[in-house]
Amino acid sequence: MAGESTIGPDGLFHNAEVTTSGRPVLRRNEVECFLLSSVDLDSEDDPPRFASLRSGNLILTTHRLIWIPSSSQSNASLPPSSLPLASVTHIFSHKKSIKSMFHSPRIRFQVDSVVVVTIVFRGKGDFDGFLTKFWECWRGRAWEEDEKRESEASGSGTGAGTVAQGLYGNDGTVRMVGLAGILRKEQEQWESTDKSLQDAFQDLNALMSKAKEMVSLAEKMRQKLLSAPSSSQNGSGDDEEMGSKEEMQQWMLSVGIISPVTKESAGALYHQELSRQLADFVRIPLEQAGGMISLTDMYYHFNRARGTELISPDDLWQACTLWEKFDVPVMLRKFDSGVKVIQNKSHSDEEVMSRIRTLVTKTETLRTGVTASDAALTLKIAPAMAKEHLLSAETKGLLCRDMSPDGLRFYFNLFHEFDLTNLHFVKDFGTYGEWVKATTLLSV
Amino acid sequence: MQKLGDFKLPQFFNYPPYFTLQPVRDTREKQIQLWKELILDYCKSQKVFLIGVEDDFPLFSNSSIDRTLSHEARETFLSAIVGEGRAEWLDKGHRKCLILWHRIQDWADIILKFVRENGLEDSVMTVEEIRSGSESLGTELEGIDRTILMRALKLLENKGKLALFKGTSADDEGVKFSV
Repeated sequence: MAGESTIGPDGLFHNAEVTTSGRPVLRRNEVECFLLSSVDLDSEDDPPRFASLRSGNLILTTHRLIWIPSSSQSNASLPPSSLPLASVTHIFSHKKSIKSMFHSPRIRFQVDSVVVVTIVFRGKGDFDGFLTKFWECWRGRAWEEDEKRESEASGSGTGAGTVAQGLYGNDGTVRMVGLAGILRKEQEQWESTDKSLQDAFQDLNALMSKAKEMVSLAEKMRQKLLSAPSSSQNGSGDDEEMGSKEEMQQWMLSVGIISPVTKESAGALYHQELSRQLADFVRIPLEQAGGMISLTDMYYHFNRARGTELISPDDLWQACTLWEKFDVPVMLRKFDSGVKVIQNKSHSDEEVMSRIRTLVTKTETLRTGVTASDAALTLKIAPAMAKEHLLSAETKGLLCRDMSPDGLRFYFNLFHEFDLTNLHFVKDFGTYGEWVKATTLLSV
Repeated sequence: MQKLGDFKLPQFFNYPPYFTLQPVRDTREKQIQLWKELILDYCKSQKVFLIGVEDDFPLFSNSSIDRTLSHEARETFLSAIVGEGRAEWLDKGHRKCLILWHRIQDWADIILKFVRENGLEDSVMTVEEIRSGSESLGTELEGIDRTILMRALKLLENKGKLALFKGTSADDEGVKFSV
């Protein structure tokens, strides 16, 4: 952290990391508090550096002020910049004067006791709310706790790397803690757990500030559950216990998004920011679902991860439709049947088609065909998704259908192999021939 | 492969999707063509002239795979045959379909050939004799549908090849050939 407090025209701001969708990458324990659009950063002391920071989005977190160029502006090529709140030495109180009534609202604060920076709000937004939050975050000194924790951590030898995404660890998985560490800390954990829970429910504001701890608590409990079966393997563990453990694990995994975009924090930019956060979030569930996931499933995952700050289906829909405007690796897709799904832009139907082809040309399935649930099992996707894939394979002519009292089944399409001029002709080579073999083998 | 009487069924008769009207256009067109050929082949070999959509027409179900054509499918396939001039609906409700594996014109030619081969150029026959007389035994005219035969005869009458006249009994008509 010492390296961040260099004084000077170039040292004042740091380049801030952003995700592919243009959301700031938050550090460990950092929580986003406020967002305003059309903000200039200005300074009388240091004009050259500030000349460029105009009309961007300003994000206030518990640790930093982050300025991100708005994508529609010509300044989009500028790197996103951040300023640690730790280096703010004074926030000037807001002077009400005749002059200020005609100006765009502005806030002045001092950095490193030297440079005075002015935030100019050119757009609409809750400017007073921002000032209040700014004060709160600055006074909260959240970064000091981190420093304390970090020095503790480095003392015990575990390097505390920065968190890549806030949602997931550096390696893309939900963060893990070593098994040995859990056992050792178990006792002290339960003591502090009790205290945390009591503190958390004191009032709602306190709960918000405890959100961070709750998330890590959930994570630790999950770890405990994971390690339990291996450590306490006494005979045949009853299924019921295992079931409830699994359920608990799912629960814990769902406590995911530490700093959800809310209407309160993002204001007018709510849907835009939600859209970006969603784009970052879908990555993992999408991977697990095989590159395509239904909007309904995503709604469940996303709200599960958001915890209390639930969004409406309409918000989700709007956030997804906004993806067209951003450069994000995911897209919304609507099937002919009306089913809406989220899929990777790189997701190729060809790959799914070739997997379906492999599935339906096996000797067994050649004879019996497949149902949507058969395909769902093989493709490891939801039955509703599998049905969509089968239907589009049918439209492409790869499959054809069989409606019987038993339901809808799909068969490899042999129609084009049947010879019109000689109905009894069967080519020795070809799928028709294989099908004949598959069916006669059984009937003889 | 199983048979229907002495009619050999094609392998794809056991393919379950063959019995479901396919929704995709290309596939459905091929399916319709296949059904058209199969129905005409069967009718010709089994001398079937009339198919009732609701009847237990042997081709319309396959008990070995437990599949039956839906009403919609039956009507679609028969209509396709009608569309090609190889069949005709006998009623507006599309319940009975007359199958013409030979067109009326072809039937007329077959009658003329039959007349010449049997030296009947200037003789008189009843319509019933053409269908079941000793001369027609073993020919395609044996057991021909009366409706089809009458239409072929009328076509020939218009061309001046024969004259139709009422016989003594009400339900029989006579034919005077003048080829």
